[in-house]
Formats: sequence, C-alpha cells, structure tokens
Amino acid sequence: MSPMSNTSSTSSTSSTMTLRTFVAYVEDRPGVLNRVMSLLRRRAYNIESVTVGRSHLEGVSRVTLSLEADDDGARRIEANVYKLIDILWVRDITRVASISRDLALVKVRASSETRASVLHLCETFRAHVVDVADGAMVLEISGTADKLDSFLEQLRPLGILETVRTGMVAMTRGADAPDLSLESHEPRGAEDGAPSGEPAAA
Amino acid sequence: MNSATKTERERARGHHRTGAQILWDSLAREGVEVVFGYPGGAIMPAYDAMLESNIRHVLVRHEQGAAHMADGYARASGKVGVAIATTGPGATNLVTGIATAMLDSSPIVCITGQVPSHLLGTDAFQETDITGVTLPITKHNYLVTDIRELASVIHEAFAVARSGRPGPVLVDITKDVQQASLTEEAIDALAGERKRRRRAARISTPIGEEELAEAAALIEAAERPLVLAGQGIVRAGASHELRALVEKSEIPVAATLLGLGGFPATHPLSLGMMGMHGEAWVNQAIQEADLLVALGMRFDDRVTGKLATYALKAKKIHVEIDPSELNKNVKVDVGLVGDVREVLASLSPRLTTRTRRAWLDRITALKGDSAVRDIQSLPHHGRLFAAHVIHDLWRITEGKALVVTDVGQHQMWEAQYYKHDHPRKLITSGGLGTMGFALPAALGAHLAMPDQEVWVVVGDGGFQMTACELATCAQEGAKVTVAIINNGYLGMVRQWQEFFYDRRYSATPMVSPDFVKLAEAHGLTGLRVTKREEIAGAVAAARSAAGTVVIDFRVEGEDSVYPMVPSGADLGDMIRRPISR
Repeated sequence: MSPMSNTSSTSSTSSTMTLRTFVAYVEDRPGVLNRVMSLLRRRAYNIESVTVGRSHLEGVSRVTLSLEADDDGARRIEANVYKLIDILWVRDITRVASISRDLALVKVRASSETRASVLHLCETFRAHVVDVADGAMVLEISGTADKLDSFLEQLRPLGILETVRTGMVAMTRGADAPDLSLESHEPRGAEDGAPSGEPAAA
Repeated sequence: MNSATKTERERARGHHRTGAQILWDSLAREGVEVVFGYPGGAIMPAYDAMLESNIRHVLVRHEQGAAHMADGYARASGKVGVAIATTGPGATNLVTGIATAMLDSSPIVCITGQVPSHLLGTDAFQETDITGVTLPITKHNYLVTDIRELASVIHEAFAVARSGRPGPVLVDITKDVQQASLTEEAIDALAGERKRRRRAARISTPIGEEELAEAAALIEAAERPLVLAGQGIVRAGASHELRALVEKSEIPVAATLLGLGGFPATHPLSLGMMGMHGEAWVNQAIQEADLLVALGMRFDDRVTGKLATYALKAKKIHVEIDPSELNKNVKVDVGLVGDVREVLASLSPRLTTRTRRAWLDRITALKGDSAVRDIQSLPHHGRLFAAHVIHDLWRITEGKALVVTDVGQHQMWEAQYYKHDHPRKLITSGGLGTMGFALPAALGAHLAMPDQEVWVVVGDGGFQMTACELATCAQEGAKVTVAIINNGYLGMVRQWQEFFYDRRYSATPMVSPDFVKLAEAHGLTGLRVTKREEIAGAVAAARSAAGTVVIDFRVEGEDSVYPMVPSGADLGDMIRRPISR
C-alpha cells in the first residue's frame, strides 16, 4: 500500500526548509498534472521543478517533483497528493539513496577563437556537442542540477544565447520499486522504452 | 412471459440504450431514490429519459438549492445525495453548495450537462469549464465525452464520494454522450470488463499497533484528559464506541459544532461545544487538560483560537481518517490514521476501568460560574430572546427533532441550547459557513428521513438567500417547520461591529418582507411570535399543521452570542456573558 507513515512523532522532525524530491505515479489522462499543481498552488508551495513522462506501465505517467518544505510540510504534501484520486502512488525520496538527473541544451557563442575552450569545457563536464553552426554551438549535458549549474556558470563568459533544462528526474537506488500492484495497468511494450516484458504464453 | 419474450426480441434486434438512459440505470444501481435538479439545454436528453425512471426528481428554484438539498439528504441519511443541473449558469450555481459539501466532507454527486464534445473549448452558448471551476472544491470530478465510460464513471463517482473522508464529486456529461447509444450487448460487455479501479477502495491502511499502545499509555497516565469529538464520530457511526470508551475511562467529552449529537448532550460526561462560542467551562477545560484525545476533527481555527497558546499543558492524540490533517494546525504526540469507530473499538480494551473524580469536580466548579450567567436563569421581562426560543423548542420537541441551522447567531444559540442526544440530528454548514444553507438542506433531510420531525432554525438574512425554495417545499408537499430568528439585523456581523467596530452598524440593519404573508403566498402556513408566552402555542400549531410552516420569531434586535473568543485570541480569553441584561 502507501508508503505513507501512520505515525506522526514530532520529536524527530526538522522544521528547516530544504529541497524535497517526490516521485509520483499518476493516471495518464487529461488534467492530472493540473490537479497536482492546483493542490500545491492552493497550499502555497513554490515548485522548484516538475517533470512528467511515461512510466513503464501502460496508462501511467511518472512525476518527479521538487520543492522547498520542512519535514512536516513534506509529510502533508505527500498525504495531500495521495488523496488526489488520479494519483496511484507517491513517495518522498529526499532521504532515500537515489539518483537524480537534469538535462540541458545550451546554445553558446563559439567563434573560431573560443571554440577550443568550449570543447575543453565539454570534455571536462562530459557534455556533447549536438550542433555546430556559424558562430554558435548547441551543447547537451546531463547530470545533477549542481553539475549543470556549474557548467552553465563556466560557459556564461563565452556568451550563452539560449538554455533549456528538462527539470529533475529521480529514481531510488537499489532493487526496491513502487508497490503499484495495478491489475488495470499492464507493462508497456518494449518500443516504449519499458524493460522487455515477458513474452506472452503460447 | 410475454414481456420477457419482448425483451429477448429486442435484444436479438440489438436493442440500444442511450447515454441518458444509461445515466439513470447507473443512478438506480447506486441506490439513488431522489435527485434534486433543474433542467436546461445541455441536460435535456437526461431529463427526457428521466420520465422512464423510477427515481424521484425534485424541481428546485435555484441550483444552489439542489446542491444543498443533496447535502442535507446525505448528512441526514448517510447515503450519497445527488444534484443535477445543466451546463454554464446551471453548473456554476452549484458551486456554493459543492464548496459547502467539500469543507464539511459531505458525500454528494453532482451531474451536469455539458455542450456537445465537438463544441468544447469554443465558448459555445452556456459553455463553462465546470470541471476546471470545481477542481479545488471537489474530491474529484470527471468530464465524460465517451458513452462507453459513462457507466463506470458514475459507479466510480459514488465510490469516491462515500469512501475514506467523504466529499463532493462532479460528473460533467456532454450532450452528445447523453444522445449516443450502445447496444445492450455492448453495455454488458463493458460492465464485464470494467476493472475494479484500486483508487476507490485503497483507503485501508491498518491501524498502527504501536500508535494504539502509545495512545492507551497516554490515556492511562493522564489525570485531566478530554475527548474532542468531531464530525468523524457521526460519519463513522462511532457513537456507541465513543460512549463505551469514555464511560470506562471516565473522560469528559467536548464536541465541535459538527460533532454535536455524536455523543449524547445530556450524558453526565458531555460538556457541550468547544471553540469561539463554546461554553466557558469547555474552553477552560481544554486549556487546563493534560491530554486531548481528538477524534475525527481537524483543529479548525474556530475551535482552537490562537494556536500559540492552545492547550499548552496537554499532550495530544489525534485520530483521523485523513492523514493530511495530522499536524496540520496543531502538533500532536500520537497520530492514528483510520476509521474512528475501528480505532475506538481497538483502543477501549487497552484501557482500565477507572474514575477521575478530581478532574470532573474541577469542571463542575467551572460550570457553576457559568450557570449564573446563563440567560436561562434570567427573567425575560416580556422580551423575546433567541436563546429562550431555542430552549423552549428543545423542551417541547423533547430534543428529538432533526434541526437544520443556517449560519450566524441563531446557529450558535441552537448549538448551545438545543441538546442533541443522537447523531445526524443537527445539520449545519460548519466549515464554509454558507448562509442560505438551511432551508434547502432541510428539505433534503426531510426527503431522506420522512418520518422525522424536521425544523429549520434560520436568521432573517440567511432565510432570504434561499427563500425561493419555499416554493419547492410547497410543490413537493414537504413538511418542514421554519423558525426564523428575526432580529432585523445580520446579527453576527452586527455583534462583531458592536464588539470590535465601535457599534458602527455598517450594512447590517435589514428590512425584511412580512414572512407570514410570504408563507401564505406560497399556500403555506405562516405564524408570528413576539413574546415568550406565545412560543409553545405557535410550536404546537406548527407541528399539527399540514405542510411546511414558517414561524417569524421577532426576537431582541441587539442580543449577542456569549461567551465569545474573539478571532485569533487565546481560548481562555473569552468575552463572558454579562451578569444581567
């Protein structure tokens, strides 16, 4: 069932605001993201980043949400989000060992004089050049938000023309997976990027 | 035999049901007996199909009334109430009623017609994005644009409305869905393959053993414990379990406004209502308690007063079906998520039988000081006080009436002086404080519980907000009795102006129509009472009259509700009743 705790012991909670990461599985239907956003707006939370995409299950989207909250606020966000009917599963993974990634495309000025230093930075940050044009290059980088921040910081003196970031996606480490037990949702086909499903029994 | 053959023949021909017919079939399957509504363009196919349904329809005079009636029906019966309206203004008129049901966790399903799906998003005539409008004030809502989804959405809507913490659900159905049709074979096939969605049934987290043990230990260790009984007791049907627990452990019980009746008001352990207009001894007891056991309530600001000074000496146990309520306003020591009846049933065996004489004596002493200030102990000198009206009504009806109150001074006087001994006998808009709620909600309650004596206690202001529903009462031949506590003011706002705005009565004096004639204009009985001596006669006449009766009680104009904790003040910092008036 829900990973939500039944307890509410106040002694161990912290009232400092920190950046929190939540993972949610939601029904893939119109308006679901709107419901989550409306809830956060109404309770006056300021969203740092939200990403939504297909999950490994048919008809189910996966949301990674990050925002500032204290321990108690985070617990109530989890409880409130879980109350939304279209939300299937939600978990605060802030304190769980996890991997988080952000992806950015950066269009940076690059003349023949500066191209070498751009390429050098790319090498250092393991970014890729995805387009080269007269006077500019488009770079692609993925990693933690911190890594992207410092990459962009290094590029800034060279002249950034445009940046786009996807926002953070996150996943816990290890073998544990959400207990979705959704009879009504089948694994997606392999072409959707899901792990290869069991072949149908003959 | 003959009809069976006919049905089979129709089946063989591929007999069709329209979306409109499927809607009524689905409502009937959910056990719906009555719906409250108002027709209009985009819901006309449903209204046409209604003529073949056995479900009763009550034609309201304004859709707000339909939502309140569904709400009153739900609160009186424990079943899901149903309102139906057309698109655009019909749907937006439901909004106040939906928000009322949301804040008081009342299970209603609102069905609205919507423009045909090919016109969605074109600003078509009477188009309103009602699922967008009601998103934050419904537990969930649906826009149905595919007839194949209709039956399962209606089924799910009822499950969502009544499960867990109940609430309002809106289902918006485009006109083309109502007009489209499916073969019966297709309908059966859809029903067969309808997957049980996990969402509706998922609130079933087991009660925490550790928390139960901690709660029991706190109760055992407490010397001055107090139960705060909220609406959860009523909704969960936990009155019996509550009584067993507090009698065993001898814990006094204070109630929230919506919790009144969940525990018998005349029980020796009952203290009465807490909060802004709670009795002085109740609020004082909260401030002196060393343990609060909060059951199915949410520490609303009207209940706590200033949070920084609320019950500082007390440890807190909070039992709630909605985990998002834990630690929302008040930090608690033990939080128990679950159905309050099940929690109490699990908790009782862990407690020892004991008495708490010193604590109860202390509360009795606090009560004594208040008793001398109570208006019931004071002569009326020929004047008519609202508190006397309510008290006499309680006495004459032997505390057995189902009372529906509106919002304002009369609501608080009713809560203080009509002692409810049974759950679902007081229906009132607590969370949203919706004026105009009482009359339509009472009609809904009457239709849910036709054998009960239903009284409306309403102010002259609130009554006029939905007085048009008198016509609905007349058309339906319904029997509710309306007690208008008529003081010629918007009384509660006037009281605040008296206390906090130097008696500057801005927009609170109110001139009203002749309510007796208004009742008579509807073909109903109207009565007027101006002296306390006339109360008994008027109440008797109203009870014996056929149909709805309106009694215009001309009470004191500038009377105030005491005690009062000013908004945001310390709970112990009350404006007490004056010693004499």
